[in-house]
Amino acid sequence: MNSDTALLIVDDESNVRDSLSKWFREDGFFIGTAENAAEALRRLQERTWDVILLDIRMPGMDGMELQQRIAEIDPAATVIFITAHATIETAVQALKRGAFDYVTKPIDPDYLSHLVQNALKQRALSHENRKLKESISEFSKVDDIIGDSPQMQKVYELIRTVAATDTTVMIRGESGTGKELIARAIHGNSARKYFPIVTVNCGGLPEGILESELFGHERGAFTGAQYRRKGKLELADGGTLFLDEVGNISPKTQMDLLRVLETKQFTRVGGNEIIKVDFRVICATNKDLEKAMADGSFREDLYYRLNVFAVIVPPLRERKSDIPLLTNYFVRKYSQILGKQIASVSPDAMDVLVSHNWPGNIRELENAIERAMVVGHAPCITPQDLPVRAEAAEGRPLPASGTLASAEKEFITAVLEGNKWNISRSASILDIDRVTLYNKIHKYGLKHPA
Amino acid sequence: MTSGICIYNASALDDDILRVSCSRISELFSTELHVRHFPMNVDDAYDESRSQYSSLILLSGMRGATLDRDKKYILVVDVDLYTPVLTFIFGEAQFEGQMAIVSMHRLSNEFYGLKANSALLEDRLQKEIIHELGHMFGLYHCHHFECVMRSSTYVEEIDLKRARFCGQCLNLLSGHATLAAHHP
Repeated sequence: MNSDTALLIVDDESNVRDSLSKWFREDGFFIGTAENAAEALRRLQERTWDVILLDIRMPGMDGMELQQRIAEIDPAATVIFITAHATIETAVQALKRGAFDYVTKPIDPDYLSHLVQNALKQRALSHENRKLKESISEFSKVDDIIGDSPQMQKVYELIRTVAATDTTVMIRGESGTGKELIARAIHGNSARKYFPIVTVNCGGLPEGILESELFGHERGAFTGAQYRRKGKLELADGGTLFLDEVGNISPKTQMDLLRVLETKQFTRVGGNEIIKVDFRVICATNKDLEKAMADGSFREDLYYRLNVFAVIVPPLRERKSDIPLLTNYFVRKYSQILGKQIASVSPDAMDVLVSHNWPGNIRELENAIERAMVVGHAPCITPQDLPVRAEAAEGRPLPASGTLASAEKEFITAVLEGNKWNISRSASILDIDRVTLYNKIHKYGLKHPA
Repeated sequence: MTSGICIYNASALDDDILRVSCSRISELFSTELHVRHFPMNVDDAYDESRSQYSSLILLSGMRGATLDRDKKYILVVDVDLYTPVLTFIFGEAQFEGQMAIVSMHRLSNEFYGLKANSALLEDRLQKEIIHELGHMFGLYHCHHFECVMRSSTYVEEIDLKRARFCGQCLNLLSGHATLAAHHP
């Protein structure tokens, strides 16, 4: 029974309306009729109609014009034209304007039933498709990246620019800066967003495992391979392959990966079947790949294949203006997770957070806030709750001039004094050779106290 | 309340044959079945351009007969029926109404160039009458492939279904106020 399905019949001939009403009423449809365009438009205001059967020739506004008005009111409306006067021109015109189909009276009953059923199926699929897209768009919203600083604004601009393309992206930045979030944002704003983004953590897996992880394996490819397994490359088909910590891939896997990136085809470990794939590559690293390339540990050709469009994520110490924003975000997040009534951070605690250099970047900040939320009490986080202290308060007093040269002079002096001016030992601690240390002593005019 | 089902036979089929072939209907609907010969002039319903007969006009012709408002009436004809938008129909009923029409024209094997088979014709006719009665008792088309309420647009589809209701349709039918009066 289809009592939830509504069918609107628009025809100026009452016997046509009656006969169609009877026919479809027996299928359990909710039937509405209209004898002209004005009445049809009124009925469209009353409710949503799943399928509209529309006569082309009607006095006043004809079916074609009415279809346009219907499309304005309900763009998802499914219109089937029924006419006694068929011409190729009107049929083409109707279909071009988005009608589901065009039939001439009299209609074969079997055809009419199938036609309406097909229209309903297509409408249901379109509706489902729209809903799925909406939910996927909801998943892929890029609101996990926090930051209003000018540095982050530049990053957002780069994301927007590159997301629309299919270009390979290399995201560079220190550990904990949120490179994976950037990759997800690029994927989530790309045409591939309805397909998966598959992350491969290249740094966390030994060579053999990484190879199997990337390419998959056939049954019996190695001891323990009891079943055939799809690799991440295959899983990423249609979507995005995110190679995290790409600088840590072994030379052999680098070569295999390069081949796949060039041909977009591969074979599973232990297999012969050639598998063709289509994915976009985004990679991330915190390593100095140029240095790795110079010392031969990273293939030059792979480097150029991956480093097409670079996005540099600034470390947190270079965008301290984002720290309050990030802090408040994490406070809200952990107050929900931990069920605590802590809603803010005291001004003193915020000063501590802003003055810290955060070598572990956002990951370190998040951990610090999580810890503070655990040990802290309502209404706010205080400096005592934080696992970090203000740099200036607990560290060595900063040099008065604050230049690199003065800091170096002061540090070399301290090492020399701490080692009773033993040049070899001091040079070793400073990780420089003795000649360089003598040059520095001369440069800064340092003198043995004796 | 329905106090009976009347089949008005306007076809060339013998009334007694019709009575026998539709005997199951009485049991199925738990009510009396009457078959009455009903000669009628069908010429008014003829459409020359289509070489077919309008079901609407034929049904309206039946209105001239004296009808008991507690009964359901089915007109059986042997002419080819049409409605304004459809190329043909096997039959038509007033949904939850009192009148229906069934044509034997496209139920006979001869129409399809096959050898006549009177048993098959009577079986198809019985199914179509039950189907239209189902509509008159408020049943919609059913998706169960053997249920008599399944929509059939080909004669082969009529052969596939059985001359009875599926459990769901039977439940709906039993719940119908007009029938309930006939069940203990």
